[in-house]
Amino acid sequence: MTAALETRHLVKRFGGFLAADDVSLSVEQGARHALIGPNGAGKTTLINLFTGALKPTSGSVLLDGEDITGLPVEQRVKRGLARTFQVNQLFREFTPLESVVLAVNERKELGGSAWRPLVAHGEAVDEAAALLERFKLSDVMDERTSMLPYGRQRLLEIALAFASKPRVLLLDEPAAGVPEDERHEVLNIVRDLPEDVTVILIEHDMELVFSFADRISVLVSGALFTEGTVTKVSADPRVKAIYLGEDA
Amino acid sequence: MSTMSENAGKVSAPVTESVAATQLRRLSAWRAFEIVLWVAAFAAIFLLPSHMLVLTEIAIVALFAISLDLILGYAGIVSLGHGAFFGLGAYAAGIFAKHIYAEPVTGLFVAAAASGIFGFATSFLVLRGSDLTRLMTTLGIALMLAEVANQMAWLTGGADGLSGVMVGPILGLFEFDLWGKTGYIYCLFVLFILTCLARRLVNAPFGLSLKAIKGNPVRAAMVGVPSRRRIVAIYTVAAVYAGIAGALLTHTTSFVSIDVLAFHRSADVLLVLVLGGVGYLYGGIIGAIVFTLLRDWLSVITPQYWMFWIGLVLVIIVVVGRENLGRWHTFLPNSLQERLARVVNWRLGMKLRGEQ
Ligand SMILES: Nc1ncnc2c1ncn2[C@@H]1O[C@H](COP(=O)(O)OP(=O)(O)OP(=O)(O)O)[C@@H](O)[C@H]1O
Ligand SMILES: [Mg+2]
Repeated sequence: MTAALETRHLVKRFGGFLAADDVSLSVEQGARHALIGPNGAGKTTLINLFTGALKPTSGSVLLDGEDITGLPVEQRVKRGLARTFQVNQLFREFTPLESVVLAVNERKELGGSAWRPLVAHGEAVDEAAALLERFKLSDVMDERTSMLPYGRQRLLEIALAFASKPRVLLLDEPAAGVPEDERHEVLNIVRDLPEDVTVILIEHDMELVFSFADRISVLVSGALFTEGTVTKVSADPRVKAIYLGEDA
Repeated sequence: MSTMSENAGKVSAPVTESVAATQLRRLSAWRAFEIVLWVAAFAAIFLLPSHMLVLTEIAIVALFAISLDLILGYAGIVSLGHGAFFGLGAYAAGIFAKHIYAEPVTGLFVAAAASGIFGFATSFLVLRGSDLTRLMTTLGIALMLAEVANQMAWLTGGADGLSGVMVGPILGLFEFDLWGKTGYIYCLFVLFILTCLARRLVNAPFGLSLKAIKGNPVRAAMVGVPSRRRIVAIYTVAAVYAGIAGALLTHTTSFVSIDVLAFHRSADVLLVLVLGGVGYLYGGIIGAIVFTLLRDWLSVITPQYWMFWIGLVLVIIVVVGRENLGRWHTFLPNSLQERLARVVNWRLGMKLRGEQ
């Protein structure tokens, strides 16, 4: 079976600094794959290389076995790659409803239609409403995004990614910055994602990682340090050392 | 107008319509101030017969400013050279009327095509880069076009302007009259039709994607918005609008001055739009009214330095911020505030749940 997402000898240099160091990674279809590593290890950089936000210095990225290294961001999205951002990237002036309608429209190739109003595209509206329901945003769908509590904004981050019906979903610290009492809501949503969607999760909370993932890749200084099943990685004394030494 | 009857027809729309649909419907519903504005503009034909020329000027400037709003207010593309499309349209209409066919509506299409093609071609230069590079690129293009028009005197009349433009009756039926009444009605109709079209465009998925590009380009790309294609499209549409505005000026004055391509056109239209407010389409119209009336009034009381006062107003708006200026109503008693809000936000169409 071809991997859902694969990288081959991926290298990214920022000037003299090596942020991704020969990363060859393979994520199976439908996997729950966690990407961990200390701060500044290059986890977000890797996600940016997957989505096309950054162009690699060398190496390639494959989605379902097809080389997408040269494709712009929006075409990778069309091919089923979506992400959330570590720091919210939302349409602050939009309502959650408008944001999700936008995402659904673009997936349905309606985004260029310039004649009928938003409401006239009924299927897209219904789908957006269902998504808002699913992500517990129905009650605030008509409020300005910038006015929402942070936890709600995080949910909207995930909803926007999910609206493009991804086959591979990249979650960059989805619960980062969310106050304790709203955290479980975000985590439940992450746990309940459909099984056929391949999920790559970046997270510092080891408890969550161990309960969620079936495979873990550990990234240190831009390079893959080790990779394996949860049992293997969680028992690895070197991984413990990295986390106790630099992050705990 | 089809949009209007369509919305009015849905006042009694299905009670079961989802909340989401109702909320989206409100976004594109006609608002009270729009209706008042158009009624007033059409009533002016009969009520202000001696002010036809200044009203014509307002309508033309308004259309030009709406065109800038489409790229600046919606897609977030700044331009200091939008006058290029205005001037090109003015010349295209003048040359076409003079040498080929004098009927003005045909001329509008010719001007629209000329500006549209030029807009499409130059749109690729504003796709990338910062605001500063965009300002300089658009400014540079406008300067070049002005010089080209100046040099091609055999076609454009050069610095003397293009004279001898004979504009025929509109659609072969309506002669332009000495008082400018036909001219105003003509411009008003064009402005109204193009505003309605722009309204559809910005309220459709296309318009939402433009606002997304302006609001957060990183996320817009990440939900699949092809920004480059959208920007090319709206820049072309805006160029068409500006070209038509320029053509209206030619048709109502029977003359094209080299001044249509001057830098101050581009600067003025930006000023007009900022006066009226960006990003809601009517800023262009309101700005044109305020700018023209302010200019006429100030140039009577302080003929030498009216630009000083316009400049002062501009600085106040930008520094204090429109939201803060617009907050004067917070000094009113609460009950009055609520009533005021209801009137301003009143829309044709259905009410939201919980809103009486
Ligand atoms: N655009 C950039 N230019 C220069 N250096 C960068 C850039 N983006 C990231 N870096 C550097 O690359 C390194 C990896 O950053 P990255 O954000 O990928 O780390 P991370 O693993 O996501 O960390 P965290 O857990 O803090 O989110 C950091 O040292 C960062 O300073
Ligand atoms: Mg990170």
